[in-house]
Amino acid sequence: MIPDSAIPAAAAAATPVVEIRGVDKTFATASGGVVALQGIDLTIRAGEFVSLIGPSGCGKSTLLRIIGDLTGPSAGDVLVNGKPSHRARLDRDYGMVFQAPVLMDWRTVSRNVELPLEVMRYPKADRQARSKRLLDLVELGEFGDRYPWQLSGGMQQRVAIARAFAFDPALILMDEPFGALDEMTRERMNLELMRIWRETETTIVFVTHSIPEAVFLSTRVVVMSPRPGRVNRVVAVDLPQPRTFETREERRYFELVTEVREALRGFEEAAAVDEVVDARIRVEGIG
Amino acid sequence: MTTSAAAGIVPPGLLAPAGGWSRRHPLLRQAVLLGGVLLLIAFAWEAAKWLAGDPWRIAIGGFTYTHTPPLAWRIASDISLPHLWTIVATLFDPVPGGPPLWLFLTGAAFYTLRTAFVGFAAGALLGLGLGIVFVHSRFLERALVPWVVGSQTVPIIAIAPIVVVALGASWISVAVVATYLTFFPVAIAAIRGLRAYDRRAGELMRSYAASTPQVLWKLRLPASVPYLFSALRVAAAASVVGTIVGELPSGIPEGLGRAVLNFTQYYVTAPERLWATVASCAMTGLVFVGLVRFAEAFLTRGRYRPAAV
Repeated sequence: MIPDSAIPAAAAAATPVVEIRGVDKTFATASGGVVALQGIDLTIRAGEFVSLIGPSGCGKSTLLRIIGDLTGPSAGDVLVNGKPSHRARLDRDYGMVFQAPVLMDWRTVSRNVELPLEVMRYPKADRQARSKRLLDLVELGEFGDRYPWQLSGGMQQRVAIARAFAFDPALILMDEPFGALDEMTRERMNLELMRIWRETETTIVFVTHSIPEAVFLSTRVVVMSPRPGRVNRVVAVDLPQPRTFETREERRYFELVTEVREALRGFEEAAAVDEVVDARIRVEGIG
Repeated sequence: MTTSAAAGIVPPGLLAPAGGWSRRHPLLRQAVLLGGVLLLIAFAWEAAKWLAGDPWRIAIGGFTYTHTPPLAWRIASDISLPHLWTIVATLFDPVPGGPPLWLFLTGAAFYTLRTAFVGFAAGALLGLGLGIVFVHSRFLERALVPWVVGSQTVPIIAIAPIVVVALGASWISVAVVATYLTFFPVAIAAIRGLRAYDRRAGELMRSYAASTPQVLWKLRLPASVPYLFSALRVAAAASVVGTIVGELPSGIPEGLGRAVLNFTQYYVTAPERLWATVASCAMTGLVFVGLVRFAEAFLTRGRYRPAAV
């Protein structure tokens, strides 16, 4: 249960974009069921930036995939924009960004951004205009004619972000999008993402295991416990908007980083034990 | 890679250092490599004849010399392994009541290539179509793939007359025989290639609520292209073989098949003609495989560079 006090006042009034009610997820393995998520309740409102953080194996990626209807919950309900998540997926209510850019190497950068628009049968002129606008937004306007392999990892991930925003979804789901980037690129990408989030006024759910990243980006940080994954604590991040380079030097920022770190600390021993379970689940292919 | 694979065969002097002219002119490099290997084969060929072939008289100016090889090896005899210059010379001899042999063989090669192309195109489409069906239906895959594999265990030489009798003795039956040989590698590669897409790209398409045809067209087919082209090169060579074999029972006079049949009958008296024909068949196959490679380079420009022929 999330205490209402944890929701920033501005967001509390906004309409819910994601409503998660009593969600459980159990994976079947050869040696019996593994409970990945248990009793998750979470409401995310329009314009929020919510990070899911937790030790590896806490089911945060699974929760994101359940919101996106890429996998189903074992119990409970997920509503996106007031509809069942399955309906929301068919209505193209959300965009997705993975840890890897997952660009199609046979398409140029701009045609990669156009991919969802092609699938959704946008007219050609509109596709090209949107692709141009979004590549400008991620500061890759000059690179539309290149192929993905000609771009650095950070640039490829910016293309993936442009692609997710291309069709103006109300909700963007990001699964450790900067996890594979070096620290400096990551911080720059964080700033860029903040700018894009403000300019597009979308709602973002963001999975990460970087505490500074979660605090810097979010309006709320959802701290999850290791398996079975539960919402342990929700930290409201009351840092002023817009977040800038200086945000990371504010005292309040460090206090919040400490608060999230302490909320996570209790699990460290449990997480070590869990590595064994993790390894088994990976081997059995359900991670 | 071309360079490393050939490094053991070609004298080091023929290979330019990395980043030199050979890198800037890949086609020229390929031509030099092909020529180099061809020279080596010619050298080994004539060396075998020098050591163990039949005696021959060498005339240079007014001076004549009869070379008697120290050994005798049946495989190197003039009947089995004619001198290369005999094979080249016979290209300029007229065929009975016709043009010089080289012109006749070139015409036959073009005729065969045309039929092979039709068979190849039909086989490629059939193979790809089967692949598409199989990756969408496990049931049909389980039920039919064993038959597809089984079809290739029947010798083509037994299939060809059946097809020719059923469909009539025309180039169309011949193309059908070529199709029979070409659909198989394409079907097998398509089954693999259409499943070889990035799983996360699949989830991305799912998150766009893409339809099955959209996933096929925008993800699975493009992702299968490298697999398909590997198979299409095999299929191109196989289609030439299939066409030549198909031409035998159908009695088509214009193609390489008839040339093979004819010159086989005269082999004991003029083996060099069959050898010239064999070389034409090989050239025809190589030309076709080369065309497929150019098509691949064109279709995948910007994406990757195709492997060497």
